[in-house]
Amino acid sequence: MGFYIVQTLTGLSDASSLFLVACGLSLIFGVSRIVNMAHGSFYMVGAYLAYFFIDKLPQGPFHFWIGILLSALAVGLIGMIVEVFLLRRLYHAPELFILFATFGIVLIIQDLSRWLFGAEDILGQQAPGLSSSINIMGSYIPQYDIALIIIAPLILLGLWLLLTKTRWGILVRAATEDREMTDALGVNQTWLFTSVFFLGSFLAGLGGAVQLPKGGADLLMDLNIIATAFVIVVVGGMGSIPGAYLAAVIIGELNAFGILVFPQSTLVLMFLVMAVVLIIRPYGLLGKEEAPEHDNAPAPESIIRPASRRLKTAGAVFLAVILALPAVANTFQLVLITEIALFALACMSLYFIMGPGGMVSFGHAAYFGGGAYFAALMVHYLHTPMELTLFLAPLLTGCLALIIGWFCVQLSGVYLAMLTLAFAQICWSIVFQWGAVTGGDDGLLSIWPSAWASNKIIFYYLAMTLCIGGILILRHFIFTPFGYTLRACRDSALRVDSIGINLKRHQWFAFSIAGIFAGLAGGLYVFLKGSIFPDEMAISRSFDFLFMVLLGGVNSLFGPIAGSAAFTWLHDTISRINLWQLILGSIFIVLVVAFPQGIAGSIGSRLNKYFRDPA
Amino acid sequence: MTDQKNNYLLDVTDLNSFYGKAQILFDMTLRINRGEVVVLLGRNGAGKTTTFKSIMGIVKPRSGKVRFKNKEIQSLPPFKTCGLGLGYVPEDRRVFSRLTILENLEVGRQPARQGRPAWTAERLFELFPNLAERRHQNGGNLSGGEQQMLTIARTLMGNPEMIILDEPSEGLAPVIVDQLAATLLKLKNEKVSILLAEQNLSFAKRVCDRAYLVYQGTVCHESTLAELDNDQYEKYCSL
Ligand SMILES: Nc1ncnc2c1ncn2[C@@H]1O[C@H](COP(=O)(O)OP(=O)(O)OP(=O)(O)O)[C@@H](O)[C@H]1O
Ligand SMILES: [Mg+2]
Repeated sequence: MGFYIVQTLTGLSDASSLFLVACGLSLIFGVSRIVNMAHGSFYMVGAYLAYFFIDKLPQGPFHFWIGILLSALAVGLIGMIVEVFLLRRLYHAPELFILFATFGIVLIIQDLSRWLFGAEDILGQQAPGLSSSINIMGSYIPQYDIALIIIAPLILLGLWLLLTKTRWGILVRAATEDREMTDALGVNQTWLFTSVFFLGSFLAGLGGAVQLPKGGADLLMDLNIIATAFVIVVVGGMGSIPGAYLAAVIIGELNAFGILVFPQSTLVLMFLVMAVVLIIRPYGLLGKEEAPEHDNAPAPESIIRPASRRLKTAGAVFLAVILALPAVANTFQLVLITEIALFALACMSLYFIMGPGGMVSFGHAAYFGGGAYFAALMVHYLHTPMELTLFLAPLLTGCLALIIGWFCVQLSGVYLAMLTLAFAQICWSIVFQWGAVTGGDDGLLSIWPSAWASNKIIFYYLAMTLCIGGILILRHFIFTPFGYTLRACRDSALRVDSIGINLKRHQWFAFSIAGIFAGLAGGLYVFLKGSIFPDEMAISRSFDFLFMVLLGGVNSLFGPIAGSAAFTWLHDTISRINLWQLILGSIFIVLVVAFPQGIAGSIGSRLNKYFRDPA
Repeated sequence: MTDQKNNYLLDVTDLNSFYGKAQILFDMTLRINRGEVVVLLGRNGAGKTTTFKSIMGIVKPRSGKVRFKNKEIQSLPPFKTCGLGLGYVPEDRRVFSRLTILENLEVGRQPARQGRPAWTAERLFELFPNLAERRHQNGGNLSGGEQQMLTIARTLMGNPEMIILDEPSEGLAPVIVDQLAATLLKLKNEKVSILLAEQNLSFAKRVCDRAYLVYQGTVCHESTLAELDNDQYEKYCSL
């Protein structure tokens, strides 16, 4: 009995810091429509700074709590700086670009933290006066956990008062519902956004700081928490602070008890809960259906036309170069180019759901890595030949996408994107934690192509054929009636629905197709590298794909190819440098600020006239 | 011509506005005197709403000038335009559905302007008695007519010297339209200048002094409502 009570209380105390992070994320998203990827980083910085402050402050009865407060304030300040100097310039850029800027911040903070605080995990200090345990019917719970359990509802109450009883809170809620109208009523939203960013970041920092005595601080905290925070926000209902608390409690309890049932991966349970909630209440437990956005709709993407004759000629030249390459390139270069082609195919599949499909996936690595792991597992355990593997792995990935896609297409926009990320993180955790089968962190090794294709040049041609074939098939889909319907769904969901087209089914189908081709790319990747590691499924890989697509421009078909080439080259060049994540993050930010159309998009709009058929 | 000062309260000159590449307003020009009630009449899609959004700064006009109280405002963001005393009631109402009536009013509240008593929630409830009983209800639960009253009340909380009303009578029952007309006349007595867009001519005739006929993004005819030429009206405004 005591054990169960203690376990329940532990879950509640875990929920506290989850709640703080999730409600900050939700607040910021509410008014600014920004999905702040850096929110998890703020949480991490909160933990590190709290350690630093508590360590440096003169010991006393309150130094612990003062340290925590100072750290939260400092993180709030960091959030404010990010808003004022970066995000404020981007409010009119497409959502995705803003997202990228915030992911750039994730990378920068990651490297800065490693540099400032070191790569070692840090054990947090104990709160003075709360360092012992309480005996509950023979089981023990740390006093500090009880303190945490009390803190969260207090903050919930404070936030509720702030949002309903102050003019500031009323304005925040008004802006959350309709920014344009709030503006027209004379509210200067610049300071409103800045203050919300401060509060949201403060809460993230506080969340990181208060869990210090329990979980310490490490460099993986940022992305680990962000996926959980997304799940909480989706489960609780976007924009609902009580919903965030409820969901945090559910997830906290789930982790506390799930560990007893499913020691490998409590994330799997999280997935089940999320699935159930989304089936019953698509907008979350306490969420309401989104009010339609009143902001002027962004300019529709330029229309993709079937290739002109000149463009086809250019394509043919490109093909000839690819064919001739093995004659001049060395093995290393060939492998690099093959890799680019694989990424291009994965990107194209991402582009397929993002551009024409209008569904942004933050978790495309789940399918690339999924295909790779399916292939690797088949070869490792069933010794299937390469040909069969390359046929089955994409199909299995398609099934995976079919399952995940079914949930995702129930939502749209940012919710959908968050969900894809959460699913991807779950897939990653399964692979990462289920070491007995997947090899865990050590990956699976020695997976090589069939004898006839083991020559790098032959494998190069094989990969090229499959990749270019895949890209062309996906491209072909865009110009079929299916593709046109998909674009109609993206552009005016309501109208499409009213003329009797089943929007969700089209999107679901597109999602699965994308999964198949990403899976193919992943399968080929295993045979190219001969091994596979969980990294290929991690969030940062998903963002690599997104970045490649954005780098190439969302509005052009050549984009994904150009993007993957540019990215792979860039990555290959800078990943040897110290602090390369910091550099990459800065590049993300500079690119987003300088080229809101993507590189190929910007160059493309200039080059377009050369590729048009003369009238 | 463009630099000279004049006595108009609102002076819109040669406004050209676009949505993307589509030009919607073509040299739109209108002038409103202090205390006047002026209406834009025009078919669906004539560009009335776009004119209002351009005046408010919600749509940035590509060229042309908008002066309010002799200040150029065409490049100001909406909140600054509003701060100068120009209130806007959009055609789709846009009450904050998750905020109570009182909270909706609070969002619109701005400091009082010199020489006028400030609007307070209580004063507005006298003007719109229907709202008073529901002050703690969420905006989303109000009827269409009540929502229209609320948006007007909310805009008045900013103590505007002039309000822009986009098709206020649209979708309202005749009784409510009568109430609305009476309210607008009361506002006129309070020396609030009014610019509105309408398709309901009889409503316009009851409250307005002057009309501009808008057709394909430009003004084609201007007249007092008493002398409005029926042929011109038929030509430009009827469907
Ligand atoms: N956001 C937009 N993007 C593109 N075109 C638009 C947009 N809003 C309006 N338009 C177009 O601009 C033109 C003028 O629209 P506007 O809303 O100003 O007309 P209106 O006179 O207010 O019509 P109504 O009486 O129906 O309200 C219309 O042809 C409309 O299709
Ligand atoms: Mg209109």
